[in-house]
Amino acid sequence: MSLIKTDAPGRRLLLMGNEAMARGALEAGVEVCAAYPGNPSSEIIGCLSQVAEEMGIYVEWSVNEKVALEVAAAASLAGLRGLAAMKQNGLNVASDFLLNLNLTGTKGGLVVVVCDDPSALSSSNEEDSRAFARLADLPLLEPSGFQEAKEMTKWAFELSEELGLPCLIRSVTRVSHARGNVELGELPTQRRRAHFDTSKPILPVPVVWAHRLLHQKLAKCRDRFHGSGFNQYRGPQRPELLILTSGAGFMYSLEAVSNLGLGDRVGIAKLGTTWPLPETFLKEQLARSQKVLFVEEVDPFMESNVKGFAAQNQTQLGPKIFLGKSSGTIPDIGELTPDHLIKVLRELFDVRYQPRPQAYIQEAMEAASHLAPPRTLGFCAGCPHRATYWAVKKALALDGREGFVLGDIGCYSLGMGPAGFFQMKTLHAMGSGAGLANGFGQLGRFGLDQPVLAVCGDSTFYHAAIPALVNAKYNGSSFLMLILDNRATAMTGFQPHPGTGRTAMGETVDPIDIEGLCRALGVQVKSVDPFDLDSTVEVLTDFLRQEKGVRVLVLKQECALVRGKRQGRLFKIRVDQDRCLGLQCGCNRLCTRVFRCPGLVWDSTSGKATVDDAICTGCGVCATICPASAILKEAV
Amino acid sequence: MLLEKDPWNLVITGVGGQGNVLASQILGQILVDKGYLVTIGETYGASQRGGSVMSHLRVSTRDQFSPIIPEGQADLVIGLEPIEVLRVMTQYGNPGTMALINLRPVHPIEVIAGESRYPEVEEVLLKIKRLSSRIWILNATEIALDMGDPIFSNMVMLGALSALSLLPVDQEGFCSAAQKLMGSHRMQDNLLAFQKGKMAIKEYKNG
Repeated sequence: MSLIKTDAPGRRLLLMGNEAMARGALEAGVEVCAAYPGNPSSEIIGCLSQVAEEMGIYVEWSVNEKVALEVAAAASLAGLRGLAAMKQNGLNVASDFLLNLNLTGTKGGLVVVVCDDPSALSSSNEEDSRAFARLADLPLLEPSGFQEAKEMTKWAFELSEELGLPCLIRSVTRVSHARGNVELGELPTQRRRAHFDTSKPILPVPVVWAHRLLHQKLAKCRDRFHGSGFNQYRGPQRPELLILTSGAGFMYSLEAVSNLGLGDRVGIAKLGTTWPLPETFLKEQLARSQKVLFVEEVDPFMESNVKGFAAQNQTQLGPKIFLGKSSGTIPDIGELTPDHLIKVLRELFDVRYQPRPQAYIQEAMEAASHLAPPRTLGFCAGCPHRATYWAVKKALALDGREGFVLGDIGCYSLGMGPAGFFQMKTLHAMGSGAGLANGFGQLGRFGLDQPVLAVCGDSTFYHAAIPALVNAKYNGSSFLMLILDNRATAMTGFQPHPGTGRTAMGETVDPIDIEGLCRALGVQVKSVDPFDLDSTVEVLTDFLRQEKGVRVLVLKQECALVRGKRQGRLFKIRVDQDRCLGLQCGCNRLCTRVFRCPGLVWDSTSGKATVDDAICTGCGVCATICPASAILKEAV
Repeated sequence: MLLEKDPWNLVITGVGGQGNVLASQILGQILVDKGYLVTIGETYGASQRGGSVMSHLRVSTRDQFSPIIPEGQADLVIGLEPIEVLRVMTQYGNPGTMALINLRPVHPIEVIAGESRYPEVEEVLLKIKRLSSRIWILNATEIALDMGDPIFSNMVMLGALSALSLLPVDQEGFCSAAQKLMGSHRMQDNLLAFQKGKMAIKEYKNG
């Protein structure tokens, strides 16, 4: 249930950073919100979609981030307030449009929230999206906490409207996916009326003139940043060390300084407005200390910009000692933690800090290494992808020509590891499996004689694989495209997509049929149920034998989690202990050693397999693979 | 209410899919409703199930703390799975840390595949006992399975926590927060799970 519509100004709620930003947008009177899901950004639009009808706003899960930004921008061009949200990789997709929109400018407030993922906790990279603010000459705000995430979002709409520019907000996982107290403000009571001014076209041309105008707007933005409450200083008047920080780094810096008792020696200046630089504020802060430590995640964005600024103003500011990523003081990869800062400050100030006895650490480490076996990720019990990769592995082995699978972004990315029997061989951007297959599928003329397969999920298919498929058909590339259609954007939290037949706002609509679409392109297409292993292997084998042209196989089976919520188990599974051959099984425990479904457990006492009822979802695939037919499925 | 230590740090740990995040969210909301400043950080490997997950919950009367607990500063570890408690102790435990443990193991895939061994739970408990000041145990998954769905085990654990009187968690606060976050749907079952957890908890004595 979404709390963000709570109409009780002054009330304190525990909100996730993403919810706080969504609430900020509501308080600012946002009318149109759009996104493609991607962690850690998904909940922004997720929670707005739940309150859309009640709040009288329009919310959509767009087919990709570029379209999401275009949808939000249309609202702005019609005088409304629009919000687009995405993860760092998503801004790459949307950037093509963003770097034209900056030149044309906007009308109603347009806010683009980008949630970065330092340490790539749920991402394929840890890209620092702040570089886009500089690249596109756009204002950039960075919240350091939950209340601020809400206030900043609200203000970003005002700022965008005042400047006629999209405003970027960069969050990180520890703000977006963390929760804290947020005090609610007023919700607006009136909606604007949309109207598009047809008197002149909206074009970035003449480009050079528009570029100059953009720089003028940015200069105005710099003035607006002067005196912004989002830039703060905490500490003594003349500290021995000045920490310059932004985002989650501010929370970690405060904690480290307080833990080490350095409050009277270290000052912390926090930038909430990181681009363009708030020059007046910065000058005041830099004048405080000769020694400056930059604390930010991931790239030295602020560090490089501030150093440039200091060089420009060196006669006034004097020489400085700059510590940060360039000096090797702060790691230039991964997210920061309070412990990183504690270590850095402890060394800089030579203070003692012993959070716990050394002997304790040693005992705990030894205990964990002996008693806590590692836990790598796998597919959920009953996941159709496990069955798909099993069939692919089998079909490729039968084929014998060293065929390979080019991969994509989704749950099925785990196909790279043991969960997918190491079948997936590449992983880059959304749709890149199909895109790469276009190229590999043309290499027959240079001697490539291995079958080429590409894999993508249903949501990824709509997002970025369709153009690749069109390209393949038209240019005559040869490969087998596998679409793992589990009826869900499962990895990011089950958001609807064009195949699910419902929208973000809960309306029932006609789903866009993947097979029909492929057929319309003129490619050969078939569908199978991956739980039916034998047929799947047969069709795969047949498709692999055809060497020319692009072929599509849709593997249709609902995500185990969605199915579990909807109807519970398909079958009740049990292992007949008399029939289970245990270690004597001809395939050396195929079910647990190789198939690796977490719903099956190896009972080392009896030396036989059993089913863990707390985990099994009853898909029944293990019953098909057991060579001794010892795994039984019974109707529920 | 003042806290014995400020911030008071709690880690809820388990395996993806056990309802770790919802448990921390409900607990956090109960405390915010009582006037505390709460920060919750979810640390996780990826969005899928099956990996180790944990939530950091920081409770304070004076400040909004960062979502990551510094080394060695956990006051209580709630383990939805026994070996995950041990894993958390390596980074966040200290001799004063307390632990509340669900006894039911979830076997890692490596164990299922025969590449590593899952230890005897008793052995794990003895070790945790050595690494903490007090431990409490219960079989929350078993209670939830008896109720018909393992999904309730996180609520059983919250019930158990309420019996410890370490934090101001009571049935009234639970109902109000859970209702806000889950709606009235299945509220009765969740409350029953909470009550069963409160009854089932017992202090673990050495050996």
